Amino acid sequence: MRPNREAPRIEIMSGNNSILQLENVHTYYGNIHALKGITLSIPRSGIACLIGANGAGKSTTLLTIFGVQPAAKGTILFDGQPIQKLRPEQVAARGVAQTPEGRQIFPRMTALENLEMGAFLRSDKAEISKDREWVFTLFPILKQRSTQLGGTLSGGEQQMLAMGRALMSRPRLLLLDEPSLGLAPKLVNTIFEAVRTINKSGTTIFLVEQNAHMALRNSNIGYVMETGRIVLEDDAKALLQSEQVKKAYLGE
Amino acid sequence: MSKSDVKKFFVYTLFLGILILPMVGFPNTTFHAARAFGVWGVFVAIMAIGLLSKGVRGTGGYGKFASGLSSLYRPVSTRVKAIPRTYSLGMLSLAVLIYPLVADRYMIDVGITCLIYVVLGLGLNIVVGLAGLLDLGYIAFYAVGAYSYSLLNLHFGLSFWAALPIGVGLGAILGCIIGYPTLKMRGDYLAIVTMGFGEIIRLVLNNWDKLTHGPNGLLGMHKPALYYPSFGNGGLSWGIFELKSLPALYYLIFVLAVLTIIAVNRLDKSRIGRAWVAIREDEVAAELSGVPTTWLKLLAYAMGAAFASVGGAFFAAKLSYTNPNFFIFMESCIVLCIVVLGGVGSIPGVILAGVVLIAVPEVFRELQAYRMLAFGLAMAVMMVLRPEGLIPASRRKRELHAAEQGGAED
Amino acid sequence: MDTQSFLIQQLINAVFLGSIYALIALGYTMVYGIIELINFAHGELFTSGAFIGIIVLALLQKFGFVESHFIITMVLAFGLAMAYVAVLGVAIEQVAYKPLRNASRLAAILSALGMSIFLSNGMMLSQGVSDRAYPPLLTFKGLSIFDARITYGQIFIILLSIALMTALYVFVKGSKLGKAMRATAQNRTMARMCGINIDKTIRLTFMIGPALGAAAGVMVGLYYGSVRFDMGFIYMIKAFAAAILGGIGSIPGAMLGGLIIGGVEVIWSAFLPSEWKDVTTFIVLILVLYLKPSGILGEDVAETRV
Repeated sequence: MRPNREAPRIEIMSGNNSILQLENVHTYYGNIHALKGITLSIPRSGIACLIGANGAGKSTTLLTIFGVQPAAKGTILFDGQPIQKLRPEQVAARGVAQTPEGRQIFPRMTALENLEMGAFLRSDKAEISKDREWVFTLFPILKQRSTQLGGTLSGGEQQMLAMGRALMSRPRLLLLDEPSLGLAPKLVNTIFEAVRTINKSGTTIFLVEQNAHMALRNSNIGYVMETGRIVLEDDAKALLQSEQVKKAYLGE
Repeated sequence: MSKSDVKKFFVYTLFLGILILPMVGFPNTTFHAARAFGVWGVFVAIMAIGLLSKGVRGTGGYGKFASGLSSLYRPVSTRVKAIPRTYSLGMLSLAVLIYPLVADRYMIDVGITCLIYVVLGLGLNIVVGLAGLLDLGYIAFYAVGAYSYSLLNLHFGLSFWAALPIGVGLGAILGCIIGYPTLKMRGDYLAIVTMGFGEIIRLVLNNWDKLTHGPNGLLGMHKPALYYPSFGNGGLSWGIFELKSLPALYYLIFVLAVLTIIAVNRLDKSRIGRAWVAIREDEVAAELSGVPTTWLKLLAYAMGAAFASVGGAFFAAKLSYTNPNFFIFMESCIVLCIVVLGGVGSIPGVILAGVVLIAVPEVFRELQAYRMLAFGLAMAVMMVLRPEGLIPASRRKRELHAAEQGGAED
Repeated sequence: MDTQSFLIQQLINAVFLGSIYALIALGYTMVYGIIELINFAHGELFTSGAFIGIIVLALLQKFGFVESHFIITMVLAFGLAMAYVAVLGVAIEQVAYKPLRNASRLAAILSALGMSIFLSNGMMLSQGVSDRAYPPLLTFKGLSIFDARITYGQIFIILLSIALMTALYVFVKGSKLGKAMRATAQNRTMARMCGINIDKTIRLTFMIGPALGAAAGVMVGLYYGSVRFDMGFIYMIKAFAAAILGGIGSIPGAMLGGLIIGGVEVIWSAFLPSEWKDVTTFIVLILVLYLKPSGILGEDVAETRV
C-alpha cells in the first residue's frame, strides 16, 4: 500500500479542479510549427490520455509542459501557477515527473541509482526508502535487477525502471510518453495495471500513446491530436465508441 | 542594468581579483602591487564599460545613439555600395600595387608577410570553411613547401619555378596521407589527429639532422627568379632576373595571392565547392545523395595543402632560410584564427582578417608582446559574440544562428 | 643492473609517470564526459597549478617556513594551487564554454583553443618567459629494491595521486552530487527532468577536473624542479592520449590510460633515442583515435544524449 503523501508544496487554489491547464500553446522546432495552439485540461487525480498518429505532436506536448522544448506562446498552469517559462529542473521541483519517450535510462548507473536520481530533489531518507519499497512491489523484477546497470536491462524492465524513477519524486502529476512502445502485450498489461495503481494512490496521470485502445480503456478523458492540433476531446469511454476514432485509430 | 547585473559585476570583479592578483603579482617573491592591480584594473574597467553599456542600452540611449549614427552612416554606405564591384576591386588592387612605391622597407616586408598569410588563410579556408574539416595541423603543409624547395634547391639546384610543382605535389600527397585516417572521425577527434600530425612533421624536421639539419635549419637557397629570352652573342639564351629586392618579392607574392583568390573563388562557386558545403552541413545526407565524400574530403586536404606549399616555398625562397621553429603549432592556430575571425568560408573576410591580424601588431610595435594574448581572447570572444566572423559568408551566418534557435537550454 | 632490477626500475618509473598522467587525464575525461568538449585549455590549467605552487612555496621559503614544517607546506602548496585552478576552471567555463553549449562543435573547439592561447600567453607575460625554479624539496633519498631505486619524493607523489584518485572515485560513485554528475554526463535532458541543476553540476565538474590537473602540476614542478609557461602543451597531449586510450568519459579508464601511457613512455625511453619520445606520444594518440576511438573501457562514443 502506498505510503501517505506529504502535504502539497503549493497552495491549491480552491475550487480549481484541474491540476494542469494548457491554453493556446504553440511550440516551434526551429521553423517547424509543431504545436499550433493546444488547449487542454487535466482533472486532478484522474487519468487523461493524448492519442494520435506518429508525428502529431504528442511527445512535443509533454516536452513543452516540462520546459524541455519551451512554449513560444500560450500559458501552462500547474495547480493554478504558470510554469511555461520554467526550466525543466524547476518544473520537476513543482511536483511533475515524466517517463519520457525511449525511457531515457541512465545506462551506466545501476537500477537502484536510477531510482535514486528520481528522488534527487528530496532529502527525507526514510520516506524515500518507503517509496522505493513501493516501487519494488509494483515492479518486483526491479528489485532483482537493482544492482545491474540500466543499459543492460530489457526494454520492458527499462520501462518499469523509468516509471519507478518518476515515482521516486512523489509527483503530483506523472507524464507518461508512449509507455507501451515496443513491449509485448503481457508487459503492456503489467504497465497499465501499474498506471491504475499509481493513480489510485493519488497521482494524476497524463499519458501519451500510439496504442489508442489501451490508452482510452485506462483513462477518464481523452484528447485526440492531429498535426499539432487537438481535434477531439471527450470522455474516454465515449471516444472508444466514436465512429471517427474507431476508424482512424482503433483500426475497425 | 538591474540589481542582479550589478551584483554579478562585483562577484566577477572579486573572482578576477583572486585569479589575477597572485599570478601577475608574484613573478618572484615580492608582490608587484602596481602590475597586479593595474592588470586587474584593466579587466574591471572593461567589465564596467560592459555594465554601463548594458545600462545605456536598457534606457534606450543606445537606440537613439545608433539611429543617430546610422542616419549619418546610411547615405555614405549606400553610396559605397552603389559603386560597381569591379571599380572598387580595381581601386583596391591599384592601392595594393602602388604600396611598395610609397612604403618603407619594413612596411613592405610586413605587406609581404600579410600576403603570405592571406594565401595560407585562403588555403585553410578550403579545408575548414568549405569542407568543414577542422584541421589544426595545417602548418605542416607550409613546412613541406618550405623544406621541399630548400632541399631541391640546395641539393639539385632546381629553380623556384621547377621546385614549386614538386612541392605542391608533395604537399597534396601529404594532405591525402593525413586526411585518410580522419575520414571517419568526428570533429573534435579530427582536430586532435590533425594537430598530432602537424606536430609529428615538425618534430621529424627538428630531429632528422641528416636531412634537414635539425634545429639549425637550411640556409642559402636562391631567391625566385624570372627568366626571359635574350639575344646575346651566339643566339638565343635565357637571361635570369633574380627577384632579390623586397618590392620584387612583394609583387611576386601579390601575383601568387591573386591567383589563389581566383582559384579559391572558382572552387567555392563550382560543383565541388557546393559538394564540400553539403558534406560540411550533413555528411550522411550528402553520402546518400550520391556525393563521393571520401575523395572529396581528400581533395579538400590536398588543395589546402597545395596552397600552403606554395606559400611555404615562397617563404623559404624569400628568406633563403628555413627552420623547424617557423612551423610550430601556434602558427597553425594563427592561420586558424585568421580564417575564423575573418569569417569561416568567406573569402573577403579571410583576406581582411589576414591583413588586419598581421599588420596591426606590426604597426603597434609596443604591443607585440600582447599579440598572441589578444588573438586568444579574440578567438574566444568572437565565437561567443559573432561566430560568423568579420565578413560573414552568407551561408554560414544562417547556419550558425539557426543552431542557436534549436536548443532548449538557457 | 640485472634484468630483475631493470624491470622493477621501469615499473617504478612507469607507475610514477603514469599516476601523474592519470591525474591530468581525469580532468580531461570528466569535462569531456559531461559536455563533450575537448578542453584545450586544460594544459594551461595544469601549468597554472604549477605556478601557484611555486608562488606559494617561494613565499613560504622566504619566511623560512618550509624546512621546519614540511607537511603544512605541502598542504598549502597543493591546496592553494588546487583551489586557484578550481576558480580558474569555473571562470573559463562561464566565459568561454557556457555561452556556446548549444552552438556548433567548431565554435566550442575554437573558443577552447582561444582560451588556451590566452592563458598560456597570460602566464608568459606575468611569470616570464624562462623557467621558474622550484625549491628542491624532494630529496634524492629513497629506498632500494634490489638495484632499483625509488625516492621518497616519488613515493610521496604516487601516494598523493592515489589518494586524490580514490577520493574522486568515492565521490563520483557514492555521493549524491557525484551521481548527479554521472547522470548529467549520461543523459542531460533526463537529468534535468529529475530536477538536477546542470549548470551547477557542470560548474562542479570544472572545479574538480582542473583541480586534479593543478595537483599534477605541483607534482611535476616539485619533481622536475621547474615550471615554464608552455609546459602544459605536451602534458595535455599525453593526458588526452591517456583519456582516449582508457575510454573518454570513463574515470577508471583515465586512470588505466595514464598508467599505460606512462609505461609506453618509460619503455621507449629505456631503449630508444629520447628526442623521438614525443613523436611516439603523438603516434600512439593517432593510432588509438584511428583504430579504437572508444578506448579500452569506454562505451560507444555516440552517447545517449537527448
